[in-house]
Amino acid sequence: MLRLKNINTYYGKVHALKNVSLHLAEGEIVTLIGANGAGKTTILNTISGVTPAAAGEVVFCKEPVQALQPDRIVKLGISQVPEGRQVFKPLSVEDNLELGAYLRYRSRESKAAIHEDMERVFALFPRMLERRKQLAGTMSGGEQQMLAIGRALMAKPKLLLLDEPSMGLAPLVVQEIFRVLDQLRRETGTTILLVEQNAKAALKLADRGYVLETGKVIMEGPAAELMENAEVKRAYLGKDKKEIWER
Amino acid sequence: MQFDQLLQYTLSGLSTGAIYALIGIGFSIIYNATGIINFAQGEFVMLGGMLTLFFLEALKLPLWAAIPCAVAASTVAGLLFERLAIRPLRQPTPINLVIITIGGSILIRGLSMLLWGKDTHAIPPFSGDDPIAIGGATILPQHLWILAITVIIVAANRFYFYHTISGKAMRACAYNRRAAGLVGIDVRRMVLFSFIISSAMGSIAGIIVAPLTMTAYDVGVMLGLKGFCAAIIGGMSSGLATVVGGLLLGVLESLGAGLISSGYKDAIAFIILLLILFIRPQGLFGKAESERV
Repeated sequence: MLRLKNINTYYGKVHALKNVSLHLAEGEIVTLIGANGAGKTTILNTISGVTPAAAGEVVFCKEPVQALQPDRIVKLGISQVPEGRQVFKPLSVEDNLELGAYLRYRSRESKAAIHEDMERVFALFPRMLERRKQLAGTMSGGEQQMLAIGRALMAKPKLLLLDEPSMGLAPLVVQEIFRVLDQLRRETGTTILLVEQNAKAALKLADRGYVLETGKVIMEGPAAELMENAEVKRAYLGKDKKEIWER
Repeated sequence: MQFDQLLQYTLSGLSTGAIYALIGIGFSIIYNATGIINFAQGEFVMLGGMLTLFFLEALKLPLWAAIPCAVAASTVAGLLFERLAIRPLRQPTPINLVIITIGGSILIRGLSMLLWGKDTHAIPPFSGDDPIAIGGATILPQHLWILAITVIIVAANRFYFYHTISGKAMRACAYNRRAAGLVGIDVRRMVLFSFIISSAMGSIAGIIVAPLTMTAYDVGVMLGLKGFCAAIIGGMSSGLATVVGGLLLGVLESLGAGLISSGYKDAIAFIILLLILFIRPQGLFGKAESERV
């Protein structure tokens, strides 16, 4: 469904992505794990057209998309839930969700269909229904995260890019968000590319994973295998520290 | 000091203030969508008046037809300005953009002077000039036109920004351009929209005020600065705060001119501008931003 071939991206002189290649099949959940600055967010932004790659190819549904503006990418069916939620704080919850369906309004899709999808988002996140008239900026971090996911779903994406949905949230809220992602996969078969610091939760949910370090993919494989990999365990899951120290 | 006099100054101040408010909202809309102060805003105000005159005298159109034509032509000018001067910029840093708008302003003013000369002209009032007595004061029908049209435009603006998907998208852009792009909003289109709306509003302001204050190729400078001042008082909001800012400015200016000396009229606006920038740069009603993560 999505394939990145030899992507190289620069921030000024910083070589942020070095020959990154990865792929997602339809219906898969794939996670990118790695430390801060490894290039996880850059990969998502390269796919979304926010930081275009200097070299390499992004192919989505057999079409090259690396030169497109962010709004065109959304139109093709790739929605991103950006890092730090970035909901529209001065607007109400309902307005935020409506704007998620902006392109569908523009292409004159029936309001009933859009409204139905909003009901679906409310079913996933009942708390959004309670707060539909409230300004997004007045909600807690967890609620804003739910809103950001809901907003992305309103575009009816084929592929959902999630950037650190658990960042700065209480463990219980993180659990709820991962539960919803799991539910999404089961009910709608949405393909998901998930960037996470919380490697344990991410690998538990995902089918496959890529491990990044300083802009390079250093490992890839089925999530279950990565979870058992000694290097991943040590570096990202925080296990077996003792063994290392004693050696 | 008599009550009648105060009332008179306040009333005429309110109608000039309404003009400042319209111009100020134009500043705010572009600022919110793009982060730049469009110093060419005043020129669209001038174009409104001068084009109305052009359609009236050169093409012999009646007033009711000349006005929409002038608004349409000024709007096209705003659209072209964005397309030709703002969008093609390679490095759209705020300082570059602001300098471009200053350049654009000088260009538009220069062209108008070449086309229409340096004379001051008057546009006929919309419905006669028999004064109307209110209390001990009198106002002209044109004052009522100004107030009514301002109310309509502010209400239309409010409806657009709060109840249409395109208006909400514009607010989303103003708050966070990157996130707006990520939900599929074409940010460049919104920027173009903001120029269209602002130039239309500016030209209307220029038209409705022209029967009272006359118009010439260079009226845009002062009106633009006063509108900018209103927007600063309102904290660059594109809503009621700027309207209040404009009205406040108009009334203070008018009272100052009446009670102290009319020579200080413009100075008062700029003293207020400086005071606001020194003491409350977030605007009279703004609160400092607080961030929640």
